[in-house]
Amino acid sequence: MKRKPVFSTVYLILGLLMMYLPIVIVMVYSFNQSKISSVWDGFSLKWYAELFKDRAFGSALVNSLILGGLSSLFAAVIGTMGAIGTARASLRGKGIMAYIATLPMLTPEIILGMIFLAYFSLIGLPFGMTTLVISHTAFSIPYVFMQVRARLAGLDPSFEEAARDLGAGRARSFFDITLPLILPGIVSGMLLSFAMSMDDVIVSVFVTGVKVNTLPVVIYTQLKTGVTPKVNALCTLMFFATLILVLLSALLGRIGNTKKSK
Amino acid sequence: MKNKNVRLLRRERGANAVLLGPMYLFTVIFLVGPFVYMIVLSFLSRAETWGVVNEFTLRNYLKIFEPTYLSTFWESIKLAFLVTALVILAGYPFGYFMAKLPAKWRGPVLMLVTIPFWTSSLMRLYGWIVIFRANGLLDKFLMALRLSGEPLKLLYTYPAVVVGMIYALLPFMILSVYSSVEKMDWTLVEAARDLGAGPVKAFFTVTLKCTMPGLMTGVILTFVPSMALFFIADILGGNKIALIGNVIQDQLMKVHDWPFAAALSVILMLMTTLMIFLYRKITGSKDVEGIV
Repeated sequence: MKRKPVFSTVYLILGLLMMYLPIVIVMVYSFNQSKISSVWDGFSLKWYAELFKDRAFGSALVNSLILGGLSSLFAAVIGTMGAIGTARASLRGKGIMAYIATLPMLTPEIILGMIFLAYFSLIGLPFGMTTLVISHTAFSIPYVFMQVRARLAGLDPSFEEAARDLGAGRARSFFDITLPLILPGIVSGMLLSFAMSMDDVIVSVFVTGVKVNTLPVVIYTQLKTGVTPKVNALCTLMFFATLILVLLSALLGRIGNTKKSK
Repeated sequence: MKNKNVRLLRRERGANAVLLGPMYLFTVIFLVGPFVYMIVLSFLSRAETWGVVNEFTLRNYLKIFEPTYLSTFWESIKLAFLVTALVILAGYPFGYFMAKLPAKWRGPVLMLVTIPFWTSSLMRLYGWIVIFRANGLLDKFLMALRLSGEPLKLLYTYPAVVVGMIYALLPFMILSVYSSVEKMDWTLVEAARDLGAGPVKAFFTVTLKCTMPGLMTGVILTFVPSMALFFIADILGGNKIALIGNVIQDQLMKVHDWPFAAALSVILMLMTTLMIFLYRKITGSKDVEGIV
């Protein structure tokens, strides 16, 4: 005698509705003719048009894309190598190193911002794209590291052993066997890193230079001073960009999983 | 032959150790370095106008006990407790129900939870501004239903900040609890039920214990961060609600008392470390659950 789980279904649906409410509101008002966000004045695309005309948003977008691209790439290389090394090398202290490398995930962002700000001024690194890339790489590594490590844990070592037995060198067996198997993990970690970087305000506010602005920093400044509906349009576009990233990442995860279960 | 194998194995290990190189280098230079400097900085003196003097002092830590900062700490901790409790109340059932969905629904719902999580937090925050603003959507809605005679003007109030925090931190709890419940061995609950435990007792003695790692991960990711999310207090609370995060930000960007900001950060880091330590102690596990 199994009861239909009415309560839990209703709970989940209500919860999801609440989660999407603010997002939907911003999206709806991005098509609002009126400048005042609580008055609906008819459908219009004018804020999107104005957004594309705005030079400040354009350069912030380019900065954010460069930053997200570089930091997720570095995180992918460092995190993947680190995860493989941690799984296979027997080196003293690797556990504690892996812990420190994943620490940014558990550290409140303001502390990351503060330590990077203080440290970069101590070592005399000029604030700008370099400092942004370093700090974003730092908080992105854990995402790649954990994804790749999870993949490695589910990997049958006999595949690579077989390749080695058949005469493949270390490099060959890595590129032919291991890499394709962990690739979905690397890419999905990279996509998450990219999404995190595109969204980061706190760390960026602290380590950005005077000349370099990223999209979230521009939005944050606007939210604090006064919003034009252009921000609604911008947020809506960013939402769909993130949506595509998450869907891609999930899709890759699924591909990897079906491979694993075969 | 045996020697050759040993040599090969050694070379293999050497090659794997090289893989760790970039991570070690990056971690030492850009994480250990900054974290150590934060601790050092918290014991240094502040220069008259700007910058830091290399003079040892405990003043930064003593300053925390000044009434203004002490009360900020107290307010932050109260808020953190409130937010964490509400996040558990709302998030635990959600993660639990989600994990018990039929398999074909689990994936899509998981994705629906993840999407807002990866969406710009500023966008979500902005949505709440529109809702809470005086004569905004919430006021109009309540007045249309005649539930309230006049605008509530919730923006820039304490409840608005609490809602914003819950909203920002809830996904962490849901995802951590979900991954715990999903892994659970349900035969244990069945055994408890067979042995005569009611559903409530079975939940508290078996289910809750099995899902403790997820619940605790959720708490780690909620409690300390809720004291640090200064921009939520800033944007939804006006300048009326100051958390430790706001104090740190002010000290860094406006007052330029970096050593004091470092001391406050050290305290927050200690809280996080303590919670991770407790987590490892209680769950016996090294990894925190279900964040990625």
